[in-house]
Amino acid sequence: MRSVQALAAAVLLLLPAYDVASAGEPKQGGILRVYHRDSPGSASIHEGATFSINVPFMPVFNNLVMFKQDVAQNSADSIVPDLAESWAWSNDGKKLTFKLRQGVKWHDGKPFTSADIKCTFDMLMGKSQQKFRQNPRKSWYNQVEDVTTNGDFEASFSLKRPQPALLSLLASGYTPVYPCHVSPADMRTKPVGTGPFKFVEFKANESIKLTKNPDYFKKGLPHLDGIEFTIITNRSTAILGFVSGKFDMTFPTEVSIPLLKEVKSQAPNAVCVVEPVNVSTNIIVNSSAPPFDNIDIRRALALVLDRKAFVSILYEGQADIGGTMLPAPGGLWAMPKEMLESIPGYGPDVNANREEARKLMQKAGYGPDKRLAVKVATRNIPIYRDPAVILIDQMKSIYIDGDLDVVDTAQWFPKVARKDYSLGLNLTGNAVDDPDQSFYENYSCGSERNYTNYCNREIEKLFDEQSMEKDAAKRKKLVWEIDKKLQEDVARPIILHSRAGSCWQPYVKGITIMVNSSYNGYRYEDVWMDK
Amino acid sequence: MFAYIVRRLALMLVTLVGISIIIFVLLRVVPGNIVDILFDAAGFVDPTDKANLEKELGLDLPIYQQYLNWIGGLLHGDLGYSYVSEKPTLQEILPRIPITAKLAGLALLFSASIGIPLGVLSAVHQGSRLDYTMRVVSLSGLSLPSFWLGLLILMASVSLFGHMPIYNPNPKTWTEAFAIYAVPAMAVGFRSAALTMRITRSSMLEILRQDYIRTARAKGASETSVNYRHALKNAILPVITVIGIEAAFLIGGLIVTETVFNIPGVARFLVEALRWRDYPIVQNLVMLIAVVVVVANFTVDMLYAAIDPRIRYGD
Repeated sequence: MRSVQALAAAVLLLLPAYDVASAGEPKQGGILRVYHRDSPGSASIHEGATFSINVPFMPVFNNLVMFKQDVAQNSADSIVPDLAESWAWSNDGKKLTFKLRQGVKWHDGKPFTSADIKCTFDMLMGKSQQKFRQNPRKSWYNQVEDVTTNGDFEASFSLKRPQPALLSLLASGYTPVYPCHVSPADMRTKPVGTGPFKFVEFKANESIKLTKNPDYFKKGLPHLDGIEFTIITNRSTAILGFVSGKFDMTFPTEVSIPLLKEVKSQAPNAVCVVEPVNVSTNIIVNSSAPPFDNIDIRRALALVLDRKAFVSILYEGQADIGGTMLPAPGGLWAMPKEMLESIPGYGPDVNANREEARKLMQKAGYGPDKRLAVKVATRNIPIYRDPAVILIDQMKSIYIDGDLDVVDTAQWFPKVARKDYSLGLNLTGNAVDDPDQSFYENYSCGSERNYTNYCNREIEKLFDEQSMEKDAAKRKKLVWEIDKKLQEDVARPIILHSRAGSCWQPYVKGITIMVNSSYNGYRYEDVWMDK
Repeated sequence: MFAYIVRRLALMLVTLVGISIIIFVLLRVVPGNIVDILFDAAGFVDPTDKANLEKELGLDLPIYQQYLNWIGGLLHGDLGYSYVSEKPTLQEILPRIPITAKLAGLALLFSASIGIPLGVLSAVHQGSRLDYTMRVVSLSGLSLPSFWLGLLILMASVSLFGHMPIYNPNPKTWTEAFAIYAVPAMAVGFRSAALTMRITRSSMLEILRQDYIRTARAKGASETSVNYRHALKNAILPVITVIGIEAAFLIGGLIVTETVFNIPGVARFLVEALRWRDYPIVQNLVMLIAVVVVVANFTVDMLYAAIDPRIRYGD
């Protein structure tokens, strides 16, 4: 089994390389025209938490390190230097030192130095005078004690304890290096980076324009003269625009499966791929209040799920079933199939699972004559609402009558944070396919995004254990164990991991859609147009 | 007449103040503000960051204080800053006004230039095949939502010509420049044209039965003269009223049309600003729309007097 997975991973790694090689020598020039699904709130990647910001602004920046842009699967092995020339861990695994490139300039002509690294990460850790208006990924750096510099071209991260995954977090599209000399406010409206493209303008609800950085430190890159994002909030108009040739590319991972069929029928030459986006559809249960403070009812809820029905109805079969971590072959850390199917509710016999669920409900005092009425809260957006409706339908079979409670976007997280819900349908996105990001953010005691307040000190110890483990194989086994336990505890029942489509015109070359994250693959320095 | 105009202007001012209070309060009654929305994408709300941000944007002040700050700024020409783009509100709104104005103007022009002549034709040929056809077309015009019509136009355009007439800030030819406004104007003006046609028809039918029309015919006036000089001139008043009301209603149609045709005008911007709870943009835009509506109504009233000499606004 493992050898099959290894082969699949090898094929995944080789495919994009083959694509680039077969395309021939890159041509220079041209403006890549892409439609954007909505108007991002700002241009500052660090202050945002949606890939609506990453897609247009990642090309403006560089990281210390990044995931290789033509390798579809992000992993520790696909991390390459970016602003750093090289990196090294100390023997105790508590210090990560980067040697930085020399001669790199910010788009405004000022030199890049190690001080910019310190500024960026001090701000992310909340240690500097200048503050971000929002700092949604502060917790990523919980284990970083200090960032120090040694001269202009060396920077070190001192850690409280070993955390090999820190390098993956630094490689994310969410971790660009910002200039010290530009304020966070200016970075929200006129971002300055060192990246392959310079910011030209951002007209809210209209367009975002980038132009080639002729002084880019990676010689010969970028190939394109610029990138133009036209903001089109109406999905039908956007797709028609792509089909009519007005755009060279759709917004990445934004084409739903039914729409993909439309695109293929109207633009048969378009190159389209469907990939996992590392976003799970899951159930949040308020276990601190009745009726879900009763573990039997929570277990019954986990047993009622017919995941294949969700996948078939919502994604026409193109979604994955798994635990917390993204399933293989896209994901790196998911449990093997046999282990997954041994978890209650994941077995193939749905009727047997539901029979067991009914027994648990009867044990809790419910039955055909005494049904449990609950409100199923969810955001008023189709990707939330649609699975909630299916959930309500499935719950009927175990004496639970759900009533859909749609919540305006502006009220969803305040409501969840207040624990003003009994049962909710939620989506959880992961920027990096790494257990450190997923476990601490969603299941750690006291974490802001641990909506259900699930807190298990034993598992918490395992979180730290896996986080410090250097041996990838040992770490994987620990991760499987944790993931299994989380599902058995009904911490946040995972329904499915979605997939989405991306399309581009056949003359666009060098595009690689990442298979285990929607946040890290938009540098676009290798992209070119064969026309 | 002068006193009437002064009274109307004073009433306009009172109306605008009332609207400003209503929109200001309503916006704050709606649950959630910009801070909630900014945190929404992060998936959690940090209470300290939230408090800091609310303070930075002045949202922690009492509501009356916020209102006075806004009105005070408005009187000095300071419309504040957009919470989202952090640019001056005026800088965000001004470039979008001509876009929507062109679209609305063309839509009204389309509505009047198609609706009135067809309404006259339909009335003059009452009961004919032409009349029935036009009544069916007008009924479909009233029934088709403009977003649906817009999408149909886009799909047909892509399918037949392989081209999509959505907004382009830098059109290459004047025909393209005209098309990017004319096509959506037709989509949004179709309903309005249908309504205008039906009102013109019924108004004309009523007038055509009047004695003075029979007298005109008896005097030997030509049909064209009877229909357009005698009948239409008298039938036009309710049509003008409807066009005036339609000008105000147009903003609703423009919101969806601007979205479907991706036109960066005021209407679509208003919806986006509402989604973000960008109060400075919403408040000032709604006030702008209120001014347009109030002025349109005032203009229609003045037009009555100009068109119908029997109407006199006494003191």
